Amino acid sequence: MAGAKEIRTQIKSIKNTQKITKAMEMVAASKMRKAQDRMRASRPYAEKMKTVVAHMGKSHPEYKHPYLIEREAKRVGLIIISTDRGLCGGLNVNLFKKAFASMKQWREQQLEVDLAVIGTKAMGFFKRLGGNVVSENSRLGDAPKIEDLIGSVKVMLDAYDAGEIDRVYLANNVFVNTMTQAPTVEQLLPVVGDETDKEIAHHWDYIYEPGAKEVMDGLLMRYIESLVYQGLVENIACEQAARMVAMKAASDNAGTLIDELQLVYNKARQAAITQELSEIVSGAAAV
Amino acid sequence: MAMTIHVDIVSAEAEIFSGTANMVFAPAEMGEVGIAPRHTPLLTRLKPGEVRVQVEGQEEQYFYVSGGILEIQPHVVTVLADTALRAKDLDEAAALRVKERAERAIADKASDFDYAKAQAELAEASAQLHAIRRMRDKSRR
Repeated sequence: MAGAKEIRTQIKSIKNTQKITKAMEMVAASKMRKAQDRMRASRPYAEKMKTVVAHMGKSHPEYKHPYLIEREAKRVGLIIISTDRGLCGGLNVNLFKKAFASMKQWREQQLEVDLAVIGTKAMGFFKRLGGNVVSENSRLGDAPKIEDLIGSVKVMLDAYDAGEIDRVYLANNVFVNTMTQAPTVEQLLPVVGDETDKEIAHHWDYIYEPGAKEVMDGLLMRYIESLVYQGLVENIACEQAARMVAMKAASDNAGTLIDELQLVYNKARQAAITQELSEIVSGAAAV
Repeated sequence: MAMTIHVDIVSAEAEIFSGTANMVFAPAEMGEVGIAPRHTPLLTRLKPGEVRVQVEGQEEQYFYVSGGILEIQPHVVTVLADTALRAKDLDEAAALRVKERAERAIADKASDFDYAKAQAELAEASAQLHAIRRMRDKSRR
């Protein structure tokens, strides 16, 4: 019975691992549902915000806000949203690859990059890479509040206001469906309005109370925050989905491994019995 | 039929109200405004207070907002309500906090840095091991 005991303990340890991965899969599945609800709940705000900003882009205000003016870029800011925990497949790695590709492109254009990271994974990665990290924000939990993000966004907006950076981008995973998460890098500042809705093309403007600058400041700051918040909740939904899929794959792999080992174990047992029998038979024949 | 105006009240974390109304009142920064259908376009900040929505044949509905932005188009009123308490010093403090955390994380080479590095090395080593094992399996066959 050589090795039978070893095989048995190995099977047992794999079974324990499988139990853990299965539990993690189920936890991720239920968390994903909640994260998706949260993602949907915050969507109306982001959409309304978009329409209001699009309206504003089409009005003809006497005052042009700096967030709406394209200027020559020397330095760009990048907000990266990652997860706090691992074991979620290639989710973070894919995002970092995408972000890194963009950074490389900017470097080729002689643009410096400032990073604002959200999530411990991004911090670890870009620190090792030697990126210029100006702000770090992590452990926001599964249900982040918008006030958790104010700091991270404000650092970037202040730098933009002061003319230190001339463009701001956001990198996060977009939730397509449970199996697919798309890493994206999109421009936040200056605001790029889409020209789809041509309804109100004639010359008009809002009445601003108290003044155009104050109102636009408040609106655009909230607009950027809502985009980052939307990115964050979407990234959390992505994290849970990716973890669920990764843990399901791990459980399945553990299952096949157990099956294979069980086969080896049975064969070893069979061989030992056969050997013992033949020993007895040949012993009897010799007598 | 009386004229109506579409009202949307949303906050960053949820949709609060969506529907048509005859009249809407909101606590704008320069004083409360009453909005009837075909109001001229207006954009203003809100201060903490009540948004009241009057729907014909129904009781008036009240919504508390702690601030936000109000947009008026002739047929649409949008209230973008804040959920967060906002003040300039609070925002500044939050910004400072994340900056400090970044500095600390970069300075703190011992904990996370070694962990991330070790993790990368481990991944590399296990990939190499995997490749070697596969090569050995092939040569054995």
